[in-house]
Amino acid sequence: MISIDWYLALSAILFCIGIVGVLIRKNAIVIFMCVELMLNAVNLSLISFSSHYGNVDGQILVFFALAVAAAEAVVGLAIIIAIFRNNLSVDISRVNLLRW
Amino acid sequence: MITFSFIFLAVLAVASALAMVINKNAVNSALFLVLNMIALSGVYLLLKAQFLAIIQVLVYAGAIMVLFLFVVMLLNLENEEQLFSKFRIKYFVAFLLGVGVFSQLIYSIGSLTDTLPVVAEQMTQAGTVEAIGDVLYTKYSLPFHIIAMLLTAAVNGALMVAQHKTKPVTDEND
Repeated sequence: MISIDWYLALSAILFCIGIVGVLIRKNAIVIFMCVELMLNAVNLSLISFSSHYGNVDGQILVFFALAVAAAEAVVGLAIIIAIFRNNLSVDISRVNLLRW
Repeated sequence: MITFSFIFLAVLAVASALAMVINKNAVNSALFLVLNMIALSGVYLLLKAQFLAIIQVLVYAGAIMVLFLFVVMLLNLENEEQLFSKFRIKYFVAFLLGVGVFSQLIYSIGSLTDTLPVVAEQMTQAGTVEAIGDVLYTKYSLPFHIIAMLLTAAVNGALMVAQHKTKPVTDEND
């Protein structure tokens, strides 16, 4: 039986890979995928705590987080398509209409 | 056996996440993210969360990632060729920030494990569909219905945003 810290360490590693990906990539869709990776890492830590305590509430929270992530993906991709129509690019360094 | 499975799945998840971040092609990134999610669903199985493992494959790898792939292929993006071609101060700062957050998380995990209470393994059935459904439709019935409304609103909003007629932004002062 693996203790809970290894699961939490895996979750931390995935979360930090997601952070670095969000910071270094310029393609908006890949940035979005890195955000999904960070959501997955948090889900993993919730499930490991839920399994450690034998309490099902954490898994219910993960279920709701999954539904919200699905809604967020749909709206975010629609926004990316709208940006692409106006800009002909999803490079976020070229979306600078509101930049000072 | 569980230890070997965990090491295998953890290495697979971390490697596919790294490959997703450093890949220049967006389609390859999406496929590596699918691999990462399948590895994570294996980890959920090790944690006795069977329902969420199935949902992870069905919803994330099956539905959300197919949506991502549709959008990537619809937009027909070119590769990000200048990624990592020359050293930028931005990459260094991003790496430093990532390492900083990681060390902070590891520090807090390391100091947390001694304070966690030892729990007897009384509920080995915690993650089955039956156990989740029992709680989901009684105690969490209201959030469940709110989530249904949220999904409907999200679909309507996405249609409104994506179907909007192309009106190029005209600046009258030009």
